[in-house]
Amino acid sequence: MFRRATTLLRQPLMGATSRRFSTDLPAAPVEDSTFVEAWKKVSPNVEAPKTPLAYMKPRPATPTSLPSKLTVNFVLPYASELSAKEVDMVIVPATTGQMGVLPGHVATIAELKPGVLSVHEGNDVTKYFISSGFAFIHANSVADIIAVEAVPVDRIDVNLVQKGLQEFTQKLNSATTDLEKAEAQIGVDVHSALNSALTG
Amino acid sequence: MAMAALRREGRRFATPLLSSPVRSSVISHSQEELPNGVRSISTQIVRNRMKSVKNIQKITKAMKMVAASKLRAVQTRTENSRGLWQPFTALLGDAPSVDVKKSVIVTISSDKGLCGGINSTSVKISRILHKLSSGPEKETKYVILGEKAKAQLIRDSKQDISLSITELQKNPLNYTQVSVLADDILKNVEFDALKIVFNNVPKLLLQWTFAPTCYAIMERESEAGGKLGELDSYEIEGAETKGEVLQNLAEFQFSCILFNGVLENACSEQGARMSAMDSSSRNAGDMLDRLTLTYNRTRQASITTELIEIISGASALEG
Repeated sequence: MFRRATTLLRQPLMGATSRRFSTDLPAAPVEDSTFVEAWKKVSPNVEAPKTPLAYMKPRPATPTSLPSKLTVNFVLPYASELSAKEVDMVIVPATTGQMGVLPGHVATIAELKPGVLSVHEGNDVTKYFISSGFAFIHANSVADIIAVEAVPVDRIDVNLVQKGLQEFTQKLNSATTDLEKAEAQIGVDVHSALNSALTG
Repeated sequence: MAMAALRREGRRFATPLLSSPVRSSVISHSQEELPNGVRSISTQIVRNRMKSVKNIQKITKAMKMVAASKLRAVQTRTENSRGLWQPFTALLGDAPSVDVKKSVIVTISSDKGLCGGINSTSVKISRILHKLSSGPEKETKYVILGEKAKAQLIRDSKQDISLSITELQKNPLNYTQVSVLADDILKNVEFDALKIVFNNVPKLLLQWTFAPTCYAIMERESEAGGKLGELDSYEIEGAETKGEVLQNLAEFQFSCILFNGVLENACSEQGARMSAMDSSSRNAGDMLDRLTLTYNRTRQASITTELIEIISGASALEG
């Protein structure tokens, strides 16, 4: 009985916290409580499962003036490369081309293509080659970059890139079905992006 | 008839010596196997039980250690993958109670058993979700990952299961495998909303006390669905139309969340197995203690009986 009470008490508190800290989650806390209500109607004895909002780290609010630094979260399935790191600028390889992101950038959702992601902090630049992914830039100058694979550019082997490029161009020329053509095309794209990452 | 008489005799002897009814059943059992007239009580039965309980204790201890080592392996990867779903929730929010026509519940469970109650609780939550989201025009289907949930759900909701996948952990879990799986699910199952149920491990586990599992539900909607209100404030950079980018985004989100869910479930499976095996070895130890006491009493009782016989025989000769 008291367990349910704490759940009930927790929900509105959580709603207040998330509304205070994160302007990116407006209607969600309200819907959470409707979920809990609906759950209780169907099965009053079982505690409702937790939703991801319970585990979210709070995010900074949208400041009124332009912030000086950009907060970057760069995550991969295997690791969080950068989490809440304050940098000056990042350049992401969007499908429409290289896009530079500065603090105060307009909120954007960008799809990424294989290419080089560079993070500029003062005078150091760290470059990663990423396979595709997504980049979200929020109004509060937080950038989330989610990629499937990322490798620092200095770890790429030139010879393997050349070999891969030749192999895939060959496959593209000899491809018969659409599926093979698409796969070979992807291989060619990635390897030529790797090539230009090494040279450029 | 003779056996029954012997059994009654045995009980009259046995009850003053021993107290618990459990033990007297062991003793009377041993009485049955002796020929008529012999009154010593055999300790063989108790010894056999002790040996088997000791073996069970060794096995469960070994299973606990294996689970502990597997947990260590999975735990680092799980913690690393926790950052993966946060950006998506920050952007798209979470809508667990959205009302849609076709919802699909993805239940993640383990393949092997002996892991405590985690699979039953996942199935229980999935069933309640099913009830929540079914209605006159709505339909809900299951996609099941893992043998245990399949065994439980197939009994009463066989027609609602659209896809079931087992033997996930044959090769070490990696993102490529999970993304292929997500692709399969997206291709074969029609839905408006997806709800993923799994066991979550909220923080670092303490060694023996397994933190009570929490079940997270993630939901995501296809590009036609709700939450696009706030998304209007975001500019979409992508070569194709906004709808396509959002669809790609939704699919990517699904595979990321599935990856995290599968890892968390594996983590909680190993942790639950560790604690289940630990309590089982402790129970075996307790049982062994009780059996040892029984054994000693039986042994002493048979020695006393022999002594009584000898002494009464000797005193009969003298007197």
